[in-house]
Amino acid sequence: MARSAANGDALLEVRGLTKVFGTLKANDSLDLSIGKGEIHALLGENGAGKSTLVKMLYGSLQPTAGEILWKGKAVSVTSPSFARSLGIGMVFQHFSLFESLTVADNIVLSLGPGHSIEQVARDAERLSQEYGLPLHASTHIGDLSVGERQRVEIVRCLLQDPELIILDEPTSVLTPQEADNLFVTLNRLRDEGRSILYISHRLEEVKAMCDRATILRHGKVVGECDPRKETAASLASMMVGSEVAEVQRETREDKTGEILLEVRDASLPPATPFSIGLKTINMAVRAGEVVGIAGVAGNGQGELFDLVSGEVASTKNAVFLRGQEVGNLGINDRRKMGAAFVPEERLGHGAVPGMTLTDNLLLARHASDAVALQRFGRIGWVWEEMVDKATKRICEEMDVRKSAENPAASALSGGNLQKFIMGRELDRQPSVLVVNQPTWGVDAGAASRIRQALIDLAASGSAVLMISQDLDEIFEVADRILVMHDGTIAEAGKAGDVTREKIGLLMGGAHTERDPEETSMEADHAH
Amino acid sequence: MGMLEAILLTVFTAATPLLIAAMGELVAERSGVLNLGVEGMMIMGAIAGFAFAQMSGNPYIGALGGMAVGALFSLLFAFLALTLVTNQVATGLALTILGLGLSGLWGEAFVGIPGVKLQPVVIPLLSDIPLIGRLFFAQDALFYVSIALVFAVSWFLFKTKAGLTLRSVGDNHHSAHALGINVMRVRYLAVMFGGACAGLAGSHLSLVYTTQWIENMSAGRGWIALALVVFASWRPWRILFGAYLFGAITIMQLHIQALNLGDVEFLPGPIYGILSLLKSIPAQFLSSLPYLATIVVLVLISRNRRLTLINTPAMLGQGFVPDR
Repeated sequence: MARSAANGDALLEVRGLTKVFGTLKANDSLDLSIGKGEIHALLGENGAGKSTLVKMLYGSLQPTAGEILWKGKAVSVTSPSFARSLGIGMVFQHFSLFESLTVADNIVLSLGPGHSIEQVARDAERLSQEYGLPLHASTHIGDLSVGERQRVEIVRCLLQDPELIILDEPTSVLTPQEADNLFVTLNRLRDEGRSILYISHRLEEVKAMCDRATILRHGKVVGECDPRKETAASLASMMVGSEVAEVQRETREDKTGEILLEVRDASLPPATPFSIGLKTINMAVRAGEVVGIAGVAGNGQGELFDLVSGEVASTKNAVFLRGQEVGNLGINDRRKMGAAFVPEERLGHGAVPGMTLTDNLLLARHASDAVALQRFGRIGWVWEEMVDKATKRICEEMDVRKSAENPAASALSGGNLQKFIMGRELDRQPSVLVVNQPTWGVDAGAASRIRQALIDLAASGSAVLMISQDLDEIFEVADRILVMHDGTIAEAGKAGDVTREKIGLLMGGAHTERDPEETSMEADHAH
Repeated sequence: MGMLEAILLTVFTAATPLLIAAMGELVAERSGVLNLGVEGMMIMGAIAGFAFAQMSGNPYIGALGGMAVGALFSLLFAFLALTLVTNQVATGLALTILGLGLSGLWGEAFVGIPGVKLQPVVIPLLSDIPLIGRLFFAQDALFYVSIALVFAVSWFLFKTKAGLTLRSVGDNHHSAHALGINVMRVRYLAVMFGGACAGLAGSHLSLVYTTQWIENMSAGRGWIALALVVFASWRPWRILFGAYLFGAITIMQLHIQALNLGDVEFLPGPIYGILSLLKSIPAQFLSSLPYLATIVVLVLISRNRRLTLINTPAMLGQGFVPDR
């Protein structure tokens, strides 16, 4: 299937493309060619220049130098609508859906004139069924999970009947089954003669799917290869420029530590007519243990996080921290009891985008670390030197790469900000850590560092609850796996014993017989 | 019923400028721009409307002049707040102060001169319907324009692609930009539409409401229009409702303040009782009643948080700076 672009049938060719921001060369004379009917991977760490490159291909940014050839002819892609008229479609990772508008509205906006909204709604629903990405055209985007939003992006792109589809990290929010469905879709698109530019951090899927790969590092092309002939490790080392550390852990054994975090018979009504509620959730996390929660996006994981972290207060005896009832307490009260929380959305939830790192640190920890961060104890006078020192310590510990001494949170790349937020919470040595999607959209090097930090924290005697849609990550990090479906939770078993198939079935809503282990866990709950 | 009809007519006259100005501001805010200069644009429209009508002798040319000057004046705001990305709140306040001063200067020559009145347009047959005929079909042209505006804006915002584009810009300008929508152009046009509406509303004051030029004659109506947009959760039909509610209570409290209880002793007991009760309320409280009642009622009907969230332009007041 792989065809070399050298034989002249390149659909898109890029020659010497350069983009300069101030003094930073984000792209330094890149060469790239994408053949007709090929799936071409674009690999690189965060900040390697992938987004800059695809933004220029899609017309959202204009190159400083170099040229773009479409079907052999030099073109200047002046705007996204011009790119679309050429036949280039784009599935964005961020920033392109309108939360207060419906699915159909969002799709109509990206189409040219002459489309009635009813027709588009029908086409979108049909297409979404056809490609296994079910959607309701009249749902508001604000009510959709991250994974469902991605479906909207993909369907929107497909409706434009593009010849080249640019996908920016499309599988980072899908279940294995959903991802497999997407691969079927992509293979079908390739067989229809379309080309795909595929950006991903997941080397295994690049190996399985892509015909060719171009690897970027620091804005330059550092290699081109046939990913099927490489190993994941060799691809990773090309991306990072050195070997990626593998996650180290002791052998898994049954954890019998004290229960530090527990949820008992917790229910939560749905927050909006389109979202999901929680239905009699029971679970416990012991000291020294990492419990992973798997599940398709939008099955109640976000609501569970809100319940455990205290963003949504419930009844007093629904949540227990170190044996004490905390269900009705707020986030700071729970933090003061040694808990720490890392939510899914980094910007606007885990950190305030417009505030500096030190301010973000202070916001999260002013109450729980009052003695360390405030002068004279708790009178509210900020001790800047201590806050600065803690920020510096975190950035060094987690290898946060930043452009200035103390930049705004929004100025960091996604991976670096996630490292900072994780570091901010880990720095406290919390006895209970709850984290939602710890490595979403984070590059391989940073992800392995974050996962290692979670394992090390548990090894030091803390309880870690990790919600993730990345099954590889769950198998790598967790001791025990739970699965969420439709607001309920099911025990899948120990990470060493359970199979992916079983988890896949539970994610789809299949019921399992109660095995003895589960019953013994419940006996523990009852004390 | 003659007296009731006269009272209702004054309600319509009081509500019309609020409605027109609020419709314009609604469109601007739906695109994500908070223009606090409505009061300033309105008073500029009032003096321009008066001046153009004086010079031409034709009140319709006056109304068009008010619109044009309102739109031009809003262009100043657009240049500062959109192109130079100044703070929208401060820029809007500055526009109001500038408008009030500038209109006083321009209007000095017109103080005390009788104006040209915009005569009612009587629609044959329909205006002969008992009770409602005179009210709805024998009004000045601006009344018809104000009602047509509600239909037109509602249709434009929710039934057309251009309206969808405008709402998308107000919901997330980054996404809109990424899709290739010209955020700046949409916002410039929306702000100028708002300016034209505010100018037209101002000309209603000097061509219909009082038919003369008085300094500061907008008397805070621009601010009421602004508040109506927010309290009506950015929905056109609620603005219509709010404007008439405000107009009705304004006129009612004026009549109560002016009422001489001795003149109405012939009324049946309960009605007389209510009137004398209202009469016993201090005048200052009565004067604040329109503001209070409108806010309370609109807040009550906006209790559905989900619906309010969906209708609130998320980018309101935020400047847009495209990627480098």
